[in-house]
Amino acid sequence: MDAKEKIARRVALEMKDGELVNLGIGLPTMVANYIPDGIEVVLQSENGMTGLIGLEGKEADPYITDAGGTSADITDYGAFFDSALSFALIRGGHVGATVLGSLEVDQEGNMANYMIPGKLIPGMGGAMDLVTGAKKVIVAMTHTAKGAIKILKKCKLPLTGMKCVDMIVTELAVFEVKDNYLLLTEVASESSVEEVLSLTEAEVKVADNVKTF
Amino acid sequence: MKSKVVDKSIVKEVIKDGMHVLASGFLGGGTPKVIVDEIINNNIKDLTVYTIDASFPDNGIGPLVASGNIKTLVVSHIGKDPVAQDKMKDGSMEVKLLPMGTLVEAIRAGGCGLGGILTPTGVGTEVAKGRQIINIKGKDYILEEAIKGDVAIVQAYQADHFGNCVLRGTRINSNEVMALSGEKVIVAAEEIVDHLDPNLIKIPGVLVDYVIQEEM
Repeated sequence: MDAKEKIARRVALEMKDGELVNLGIGLPTMVANYIPDGIEVVLQSENGMTGLIGLEGKEADPYITDAGGTSADITDYGAFFDSALSFALIRGGHVGATVLGSLEVDQEGNMANYMIPGKLIPGMGGAMDLVTGAKKVIVAMTHTAKGAIKILKKCKLPLTGMKCVDMIVTELAVFEVKDNYLLLTEVASESSVEEVLSLTEAEVKVADNVKTF
Repeated sequence: MKSKVVDKSIVKEVIKDGMHVLASGFLGGGTPKVIVDEIINNNIKDLTVYTIDASFPDNGIGPLVASGNIKTLVVSHIGKDPVAQDKMKDGSMEVKLLPMGTLVEAIRAGGCGLGGILTPTGVGTEVAKGRQIINIKGKDYILEEAIKGDVAIVQAYQADHFGNCVLRGTRINSNEVMALSGEKVIVAAEEIVDHLDPNLIKIPGVLVDYVIQEEM
């Protein structure tokens, strides 16, 4: 199992039955593949849809795309609506959980994922609204980027959101964001507490009963 | 009732150099192609364009970005359009980034007679810089001023001769708010019909000035 699948499988366990969920582009989208049996979530696509599903071999309908511009499909109980309502759902606290990738995250729960000044300037899209409005914000990302530490004491890049992250899931560890520190609750079976701590700059407290995943 | 259906040459009559244009669409879906093409073909320049994203270079608002006719692009995302990123870096096009929800709601406010909106989105980030922060019941909000356009360009699945519009699927996106907040509104309809079910209309024809045939 590669790192991304490991992360997606673990995040999927956080999904609650009946909840409206928004998954970011890329790795977070993979979470939908691993939601446990008996748990049914409603996926939102911020371009104006609830009940997002993949095409799964069906012929593409040119009137249905996901938030990445890819052809998609809608469930039998889905709905289409305009951008204002889509972001009313997001900002208004109607989205139970959002899963987003990140470039950096820190012990205060700040995250930065929308630009690297002078290099990468994709823009924030709907991410700033999602991290502000969703009830639970889960950052799903690889623990490091080509060896560079991403879980910091303080983000260096421009923030997407301030004190917004609730949980961080990497291929090595699961953290809960507490008051100015991270609580290490789970460590990957392939890793160790020592390795996780050596690859994390943020202030970390190790939970009394650290689980493996 | 007098028909609002006209030839696409109306685009160059309505949209002039330097205007502020509200353009619908999300990564190309729901952007009026025939109107974008007319702006490019008639070389209408120095536009300030408000739209959700820069789309891809070859669809949606992308070709208008590439044409060099946009002076300022106000947008939430340019990640799928390397041309827009290059123009931002070399300074040939000014890009102002706003969170998607803030952009949409500020435009909606413009057409609703509101002076602005109070949003918690972006508090503590770069988008809060230079903006007034207002605390209500212990929570900080950014005051984002309302946005209006000289003209809105939108796309409909179907329109009748009075300009009532039916929208479809994820191409609904920002079409309603753009139509609400443009001084003049041009609709490109995929299909122009004699009558629509009033229960299904998303953009009432009273907001619309001109209807032209979309060319997909």
